[in-house]
Order: sequence, then structure tokens, then C-alpha cells
Amino acid sequence: MSIEIEAVSKSFGTFAALKDVSLKVPSGELVALLGPSGSGKTSLLRIIAGLESPDSGRILFDGEEATKRQVQERQVGFVFQHYALFRHMTVFENIAFGLTVKPKKSRPGKQEIRDKVHNLLKLIQLENLADRYPAQLSGGQRQRVALARALAVEPQVLLLDEPFGALDAKVRLELRRWLRRLHDEIHVTSVFVTHDQEEALEVADRIVVMNQGRIEQEGTPSEVYDRPATPFVYDFLGSVNLFHGRVHEGTAQMAGINLSSPENASANDAPAIGYVRSHDIAIGRESADGAIRAEVRYLLSVGPLVRVDLALSCSDRTIEAELPRDEADRLQLQVGEQVYARPRKMRVFVEDYQI
Amino acid sequence: MAWSGRKNNVLPGFTPALGYTIFYLSLVVLIPLSALFFKTASLSWDAFVAAVTAPRVLASYRVTFGSSLAAALINAFFGVLVAWVLVRYRFPGKKLIDALVDLPFALPTAVAGITLASIYSQNGWLGRYLEPHGIKVAFTPLGIAVAMVFIGLPFVVRTVQPVLEELDQEIEEAASCLGANRWQTFRRVLLPTMLPAILTGFALSFARAVGEYGSIIFIAGNMPMVSEITPLLIITKLEQYDYAGATAIATVMLVVSFVMLLCINLLQKWSRRFAE
Amino acid sequence: MVGKGLNKKERKGATVTEPAWVRSLLIAIALAFLALFLLLPLAAVFSQALEKGWEAYLAALKEPDTISAIRLTLITAAVCVPLNLFFGIVAAWAIAKFSFPGKSFLITLIDLPFSVSPVVSGLIYVLIFGLQGWLGPWLQAHDIKIIFAVPGIILATIFVTFPFIARELIPLMESQGREEEEAALTLGANGLQTFFRVTFPNIKWGILYGVILCNARAMGEFGAVSVVSGHVRGSTNTIPLQVEILYNEYSYAAAFAVASLLALLALVTLAVKTVAEWKMQQTITAAETER
Repeated sequence: MSIEIEAVSKSFGTFAALKDVSLKVPSGELVALLGPSGSGKTSLLRIIAGLESPDSGRILFDGEEATKRQVQERQVGFVFQHYALFRHMTVFENIAFGLTVKPKKSRPGKQEIRDKVHNLLKLIQLENLADRYPAQLSGGQRQRVALARALAVEPQVLLLDEPFGALDAKVRLELRRWLRRLHDEIHVTSVFVTHDQEEALEVADRIVVMNQGRIEQEGTPSEVYDRPATPFVYDFLGSVNLFHGRVHEGTAQMAGINLSSPENASANDAPAIGYVRSHDIAIGRESADGAIRAEVRYLLSVGPLVRVDLALSCSDRTIEAELPRDEADRLQLQVGEQVYARPRKMRVFVEDYQI
Repeated sequence: MAWSGRKNNVLPGFTPALGYTIFYLSLVVLIPLSALFFKTASLSWDAFVAAVTAPRVLASYRVTFGSSLAAALINAFFGVLVAWVLVRYRFPGKKLIDALVDLPFALPTAVAGITLASIYSQNGWLGRYLEPHGIKVAFTPLGIAVAMVFIGLPFVVRTVQPVLEELDQEIEEAASCLGANRWQTFRRVLLPTMLPAILTGFALSFARAVGEYGSIIFIAGNMPMVSEITPLLIITKLEQYDYAGATAIATVMLVVSFVMLLCINLLQKWSRRFAE
Repeated sequence: MVGKGLNKKERKGATVTEPAWVRSLLIAIALAFLALFLLLPLAAVFSQALEKGWEAYLAALKEPDTISAIRLTLITAAVCVPLNLFFGIVAAWAIAKFSFPGKSFLITLIDLPFSVSPVVSGLIYVLIFGLQGWLGPWLQAHDIKIIFAVPGIILATIFVTFPFIARELIPLMESQGREEEEAALTLGANGLQTFFRVTFPNIKWGILYGVILCNARAMGEFGAVSVVSGHVRGSTNTIPLQVEILYNEYSYAAAFAVASLLALLALVTLAVKTVAEWKMQQTITAAETER
């Protein structure tokens, strides 16, 4: 089922959680709502579920108005951040709950419920824990039970609020891969909320980046990562270096070098900020066109990447570069030595758009 | 704005639930209580003042508030001690003792009253040893204080106990690492943390003692000017069909309870000031 | 959470504590104080009740006036407890699960009867329904007796036991949040299903706790009932009032025999309360470990 959000606004007291947000989630996609806390992503998710109602705007399911529909009628599966498992019920009873509260006419028979729950238990790989209580499960197991419980009612839409937020790093990694595989199997339209960019980039088909109640950008993971639409997205996804300078008719001047910036062709000597990802900075010993003189201040070589802190000679600013290990080994950099740093790729925003 | 709770919340039943709450509250509590004020308002100011400042009434205030204060002080001291022992130490029968602390909440006041009276009377279990030494408890203001200690006992224990339980052992360990001895740690670190709870318990115990009737009248002797408590005076007036007098004194009592309630609320707010 | 649990375990072996003699002394003082003020009176009730032997004890309980006092007490509790239970659940639902302005003021108002002297609690009903009261003349004209009759006793008892269940459930339900109910709604449950299958199992021990305390006070209330009852033997006497009458007539053994019933009730109350408290703590801890 597709979801359309049309011009939704929502405020709590004086705090505007969502400002005129519109979004389309095509049927069968797995979409991440990514943003810092307070960006409105959870409010949007709860509005889709019907757990909160928007101040204005509409929600459409498959093109049909659903704004006024009660939670119970929306047929959404919602996985809560802290799982909200019924603590007085066993794993089995939790998963069966949605089926047993159906009106008599549409309620499946006992055996049918049992079969269905067992299939779900198989799906979440917890077949032998059916009689446990939530308190007896690990965080990752609870998460999977919560997911199975939401899936039991065969929802048209699956909504997950920070699904991996409360888990430790290793379990989180396993579970998000599992969720991706699960979605590839069942193909239910899914929206999940996260503040973890890595999680969003790895799991989602599409990412919606939110900030201060607005959508900054939506697109595939590579689109938002490689072509951030706004300074905020640049800042939020991946580590980035900032250069201050000016831009004039498609040419930016930053830290003493000239760069072409075709998207700012109409700019007229405007103050601007250039964004360069750490791994888009090349380091060499010879002066070259578009390279900035700098001094190596600090080296951190742990893992596949080597981090180099560089102090620019032309200003008192420090930038951060990341080199693949083999390249760093070849260069044999030393702290205190003079080098040249060349931004391979820079995105320039006229300063008005600054965050 | 008033109904924002409804708007931001999909759980059903808010309006009927709040409506019924206010309806039942008004019917059972607010309207009957307002009757007292309306009745008092029908009195002239002079008559009111005369009723609430008659010598016998003033004497009853002295007895009631004096004994309540003494009882609350005793409870504050022993309450902290009992709470400390129950939280910090292990000894046989601790669970049972812990449960028994609430006895004064559960034991009907009339039962407490006749029992205390019989224990402290001339031939009672304790009275027979105390009276030869010139200590008369039953039928004196001392007896009133004893009854008030009994009924107020759980308050301090039950307000201080959770605070002590929540207290992080690390705080004490930090203090002792900084060179404080045990008593200094208690005085300088633990006591200030417990103080709001102690004061709350003290105030609760005091408020309860001021209004208490059942457990006191049997042991008090009820001698006008000496051991007559204010609630009893209200009943006496009522039995003499002096409704105006009874109402006036009751209004004073009620205002005192409201003030106490306000103090207790403020104290509880204050005690949460360090809460994370 | 986990940290807290660890902390408590560590405390047993903690080195930062008082010397052994101080600990023993403090325990001794505390126990002596509690023995003097709690155990001694409790023992005294039963000892005095049985002073003249089992037969006199049973005979005192079989007195017709005592039997009718027991019946009236049971009736009173049977009316008051369900009314306040229903109110408590409804009020806790509105207050704990929703946010609205004036909430803490409402909680204060609900607590109000606790801070009113029992005598005043009785008096206000006399002022309304008594002969000189607001409704007195009208009631007399229609031959309805409230004061010095059973309805007055019930009204005064409802007043004094009013807050018990609500104030127990409000913090409990607040601590449990709304997520489980919201989860039930997303799974298609309606309002009643949500309450009975999700909320109720989580608060049932809190309800038991509130009910048992409410019941103890309803059966044991003395001051307020004393003001409105008129002390009519065999018809408007509850157990505590019967105790008073017997005591004032110097039938001490009989008074204590009847009082021992209430003392037993108190002990049962404490036992049930302890169990309910323990069970509630379990559910709260379970909720916390889930976070």
C-alpha cells in the first residue's frame, strides 16, 4: 500500500514539530526517516499510524483519505521504540494478541492462530521461546517479538520507531541486516525512524532527511550521500570540512584556490561555504593546481582508514582528511611536515542557505 | 489548549473519565465541604470570633497542637532511626517488622484507643510500673501524645525509607574517600539529602495527629481545659445542638488542614528538587 | 534498572558502614521503640479479649447487637468500596494516561479527605442532611432519614475512604506509560479490550492494594461515623461504635473481643498489602528492565 502525506503540520504547544510536510512512500518500499532528535520524524511516524492527529494536512493510504480513520482501522503494524510488549503475556500471547481481539466474525480459529504464530516465531527464529515472558528475553529478542506481533495482523504498512535504538552495537548490526532481508521477503510498505545515518544508508531503499520539522532531502542512499541538497544534509551524513569564501558567476574562491561551482552560476560575489567530505581530500607532497598548503598536526591510524588533521597555512583553521591505509603507508606522513591538500570534490552553498 | 490531552492522545475515554471524576469528586467531597463554609458564613464575624476563641476552645488548641507537635517530633526522630535500620541493616524478622510498621494505618482508631488506654491505665501492662514512679500517662496530655505517636508512626518511616533506598552507596564512599568519618558523612551528606523527606513525614504525622479523634478520646480523659482535644470539642458542641459553634471550630480545623496540605505539597516539590 | 540492582547487592559486602556495636545499638533502639508502640498494643488486644476465656469471647461475639454491628459494617464496606473502586479506576485513567492543565490541582483535591479531621468529615454531612441542615426540612417532610441512619454512615464512610484507590492507581499507571495501550490499539483492539486485556493485568495488584486499604478504613472508621450515626444500638452501630459502647459500659472483655475482630482484619490487611506491594514491585521492575 502506498502512503501519501499532504501538507501535514503539527505543533505541541508552541513547539512546531512538523511544518507543512509532504511525502510519498511508494508501495513496497522500505523508507528511512532520518534526522536528529526533535526533527519531527517520530511525530510524522505517529501521525501515519494514527497515534497522533495532524493539526492540518491529509494522510492518504493507496490514494484514499485516512486522516480521520481510527488507529484500529488503519491496519498499520507499529513497532515501538521500547517495544511495548505486554509484560503479563508470553511471547506467544503477545504475537497472537492482534488476532484474538478481532471481532468474532473475522477472528481466525484457535488452530489457525496457533499456526500463524508459529510461522511468525519461525520467521523471527524464536520458536523455542514461545512460553517466555518479555522480561526473560534479551533486547534483540524482544525487538523481534515486537516485529512479529506487528506482522501478525498482516498490516498494510509497517512502521518502526527507532527500531534498533535501544540495542547494543553488535546486535544492532545483525538485526538491521535481518530486517533488510525480511523486507526483501515480505515486501510490505515500511517506514522506520532513525537518527543513525549508517543504519539508514544500509537498510533503506529511500532516505528522507528531516530537520526542524521539514524535509531537507529525499532520495536513494547514494543520492543523499553523494549529492546532498542542503548544507544540513552534508553536515548530517558523513564527516565534512567547511571552507569559507566567496562565489561569483559559477566560480568559488576558497582558502586561496579557485573551484568551479556551476550550480551557483547566478551568484554575484556572494559569501559562500564549501563542503568537502574527509575522504574527498587528496594529500600530496608537491604543490599542484587547486591544492592548499597545510601542516600535518595529528595522525590516527586505526582500521582501514587513516585520519589526518591538517592545519591550513592560509588561515588558522584545521581540516580533517581520511586516506585509505595503503595510500597513507605509501606517503609515510609525519606529524609537523608540510603537505598539499587538494579537495577532489567540493559543494558550494551561498551563505544565505546556511543552517 | 485545555483539551490538548485529548488531541495528542489516541487512547479512548478521556472526556467521560474526566467528567465522571469531577462529578463524583464534587458530589462526595467538594459540595459537602463547601457546606461547612456556607454555614460559617451565616455567622456574624463577632459570633465566629467568640466561638473560636472561647477559653475552653483555646485550651483545646493548646492541647491538640502541643501534643501533635511533641508526637511529630518523636516520630521524626524514631522514624528516621527505624527507616535507617530497615534499609541498611539485616537482622532476623526484618520483613515482618517492615510490614508491621503500617499497623497504625490498618488498625481502626477505636481499637488503638481502648488498647492504649488499657495498657497505660493504673493496672495496665505499663501503667502499673509507671504510676508508682509518678508518671501518669492515661487520662493526661501525655496519653494524648502517646496515642498521636502511635497513629503518626508510619508517616516518617514511609517517606524516608524510599529516599534511603534510592541513595547511591557511592555518595557515602566518595565522602569517606574524602576523609569524612561515619558521623560526618551522616551529618553532612546523608541528613541533608533526607531532610525534605523527614520534614514531609513530620508534617504528615503532625497533620494526622491534629485531626485525630478515635484513638485519643479513650486515653485522654477529656477534661475540659486540660486534656480535651479540639475534635472532641466539636462533637460536644454538636451534642449540645450548638451547630454554629461546632461549625466555627470545624472551619478553623479545616483551614489548618488546608494550610498543612499546602505545606506538604510544597515540601514534596522541594524534596524532588534533586531528583534527576 | 540494572545498575540499581547491582548496587543493592554490593551493599551487603560494603566496607563503608558503621562499627558493629553502633549497628547493634541502633537496631536494638529501633526494635524497642517498635515493640513498645506496635507489638505491645497488638498483643494487648488479643490478651484482653481472651482474658475471660474462649467461651466468654465467643459469647461476646454472638451478642445480637454485635452481630447487627458486624452486618452494618459489612454493608457499609460493600457499598463504599465498589463506588470508590470505580471512581479510582476512572480517575486514574483520566489523570495518568492523559495530560491536561490543572492535573496536579485535581490530584490535590482527590487527596483532600485524607487531610480533613474525621470529625469534620462527619460534621459536613450533618450540616447538609441534619435537621438544621440544608436539606433537613425537605428530608423530614418526605420522611427520609439520612443522619442518625444507615445512609449517613455510608456517606461519611465514602468520604473518608474516597482517595485510597485513586491515589494508589495514579502513580502506578503513570509509571507504566501509554505505549502498551497504544500498541494494543495499533493491533486493532477497541477501548474495552485495551483496558481489560492490557491495562488491567498491569494494575490488578495496585487495585487489590487500594481495595484492601479502602476496606480496612471503611470497616474501621470511627470519628466520622460516630458523628453521623446517633449510636442507635442494634441499628446504626458499626463494629468500632459497638466497641466504644461496650468499653464505656465497662464490659472490657466484650469490648476487646469485638475489637479483636478489627485487629484481625488489620493483620489480614497488612498481609495482603505486603503481598500486593511485592507483586507491584515485580511488575514495575519488569517494566524497567524492558526499557
